Amino acid sequence: MSDKTTAPGHAEITPPQASSPTREALAMFVRNRAAVLGLLLLAFVIGATFAGPFLYRVDPFAVVGAPFTAPGDDMDVPLGTDHIGRDILAGLIKGGGPTLAVGLSAALITVFIGVLVGALSGYYGGFVDEALMRFTEFFQVLPPLILAMVLVAIFTPSLATIAIAIGVVSWPATARLTRAEFLKIRELEYVKAARTIGANDKRIIWRVILPNALPPLIVSATLVVGVAILFEAGLSFLGLGDPNVMSWGLMIGSSRQYILDAWWSITFPGLAIFLTVLSVSLIGDGLNDALNPRLRER
Amino acid sequence: MRIAGLIVKRLFYAAALVLAVLVLNFLLIQLAPGDPADFIAGQMGGVTQEILESIRKDYGLDRPLLEQLWIYLKRAATGDLGYSYYFNSPVVTLVVSRIPATILLILSATVIALVLGTWMGVMAARRPESWFSSLLTVFALVGYSAPAFWTGMMLIILLASVIPIFPVSGMYDITLKTGPLGHAVDVAHHLVLPSLTLGIIYIAQYARLSRASMLEVLSADYVRTARAKGLSERVVVFKHALRNAILPVITVTGLHFGHLLSGAVLVESVFNWPGLGTLAYDSILRRDYTTILGLLFFASLMVVAANLVTDLCYRLADPRIKSSRG
Repeated sequence: MSDKTTAPGHAEITPPQASSPTREALAMFVRNRAAVLGLLLLAFVIGATFAGPFLYRVDPFAVVGAPFTAPGDDMDVPLGTDHIGRDILAGLIKGGGPTLAVGLSAALITVFIGVLVGALSGYYGGFVDEALMRFTEFFQVLPPLILAMVLVAIFTPSLATIAIAIGVVSWPATARLTRAEFLKIRELEYVKAARTIGANDKRIIWRVILPNALPPLIVSATLVVGVAILFEAGLSFLGLGDPNVMSWGLMIGSSRQYILDAWWSITFPGLAIFLTVLSVSLIGDGLNDALNPRLRER
Repeated sequence: MRIAGLIVKRLFYAAALVLAVLVLNFLLIQLAPGDPADFIAGQMGGVTQEILESIRKDYGLDRPLLEQLWIYLKRAATGDLGYSYYFNSPVVTLVVSRIPATILLILSATVIALVLGTWMGVMAARRPESWFSSLLTVFALVGYSAPAFWTGMMLIILLASVIPIFPVSGMYDITLKTGPLGHAVDVAHHLVLPSLTLGIIYIAQYARLSRASMLEVLSADYVRTARAKGLSERVVVFKHALRNAILPVITVTGLHFGHLLSGAVLVESVFNWPGLGTLAYDSILRRDYTTILGLLFFASLMVVAANLVTDLCYRLADPRIKSSRG
C-alpha cells in the first residue's frame, strides 16, 4: 500500500486507468507511421535472427561454393559467396544474433552507468555533483572509438569485452541527461512531500524521481542501442571483433580488401546493420514524439 | 580583462585533463593481463630479452606502483611516450607525423557538413511543412543510421569503380610528378570521398539542428521588425536570423570533435588515408600497445584543445554570454 504514496498518477508504469499518460503515449506512437515502420523492421530483423538459423541451415564459416560467386549465379547460395566461398546469406542470418546481443547489452551497461552517475550527481549536488561531473567530462575528452579499441585490444576481443568497452565509452551522454532530469524533478512538490513523510534518499532517488525521469531516458536508451550496434560493427570492421563469432561487422571487415571484386559481400551485411539501426532510430524518434510531446522537433 | 583570467583558468583545467589521460594510460598498462614489459614492447615484435630488461629498468617496473607512475609521468613530460618496436620509431614522432592528414580530413568534413547542413536546415525552416523538410528528416535518419565505414565503401564502389571519377584510396598519387600546385590538386582529389563519407554523418545532424534553431529565431520579434522594415527575405534570413541561429550549431560542432576523430579512424581505415586512423588500425593489428596508447593520448589532447577553442570562440562570438559558468 505504501507504494501509492510515492507519486500519485505519475509513477505507475502500467496503470489500469483508461486514459493514462502511458495509454496516450502508446496511442500517439501507433499513429506515427515512421515509428510503426521501425517496429515492423525491427520485428523482421529479430524474427530472421531467431527463426532464420532453423529455416536456413548453413554454417556461415563453412566453404559452400566457389569464391566470389555473385548473387543469383548459383541458387544454392542466393546472395553469393565471399572471397573464401562462405555463404553470405548464412552470415547475415547467423550474424544478427551476436550483433543484436552486443548492441543490447552494451546499451544496458551504458544506461546503468549513466543513470547511476547522473542520478547521484543530480540528486546530491554540491561536492558529489562536482566530482562526478569532472569524472564525466574526463570521459568525454577521450575519443570513444579509440578508447574502445584500446580496451578491446588489451583485454582480448570477445562479445563480453566488446559490450563492456562500448558501455564504458558511451555512458557520459546518458549521465548528463539523467542529471538534468534529476535537477529539475528534485525541486518538485511531490519530491518534497515524499521527503516530508520520511522517505530516505535511496527511496526518493529510485522510487520517486527516477520513474518520473523515465520518458527522456527511454528515448535515449533506444538511441543508445543503435549507437552500440554501430560501435560493434565498427570494432569488428577494424579487426577487433570476436573472430570465432559471425557478426555483420566481421563480414564487412573480412571482405574489405575484396571490395572491388565482390560488392555483395560488403553491401548486404552493411545493409543489415543500416536497416537495424534505422529501425531503432525510427522507434526512438517515435517514442520521443509520444513521450515528450513538447520536445518535438529537437 | 576578465577574459584573460578565464583563459588561464581554462588552460589550467585543460592541463588537469591531459594529466588525467596520462594516468589512465599508465593504469591501462598496469591493468593489462601479463607482464607490463611485454605489453610495452608490443606482443608481435620479435623483442629480445635485452630490450625487455632495458624496458624494466627504464620504466622502473620493479619499483612500487606510485613510483612507477611518477617515472611514467616524468618521461611523458620530456616528450617520451615510449618506443614503437614495430614501426621502429619513438611513439611521439610517429603519432605527430600523422596528425596533419587527420586534421585535414576532419576540417574538410566539418566544412562540408556545416555548409551543406546549415543550408539545408535554413531551407527546411523557411517551409517547415514542405516535402523538402520531411525529406530532411529522412535523410538525417539515414545519415545517422548507416555505418560510416560502409557508406565509404559504397561510395568507393559507386564513384571509384562503377563511375571511376575518384581514386580508391590513399592521399596522393606517388607516380604523379608535378609541382606543389599539382600536388595540392591531387590531394584534394583524393580527399573528396573520405571527407564526404565523414561529412555525411554530420550534414544531417547539423541540418536538423539549424532547422530547429532557425525555426525558433524566425519567430523572434526582431525578425518580424526586419521584415516590417521591408528588407528582402534573403537579407532577413541570411543576415539577421542565421547569425543567431548558427550559434548552437557552432557549439555542437566543437563538441563533436571527439566523435569526428572516432569517425575519422573508420573512414581513414577504409580509404587508407595516412592519418591517425590508419595508424590506429595498423598498431591494433600488430598489437603495438605503446603506439595505440600514445594515439589515445594525442587524440584526447586534440579534443581538449578543440573544446577550449570552441568555448572561447563561442564567448567571443556571442557577447551575451557572461563567464558565469566559469
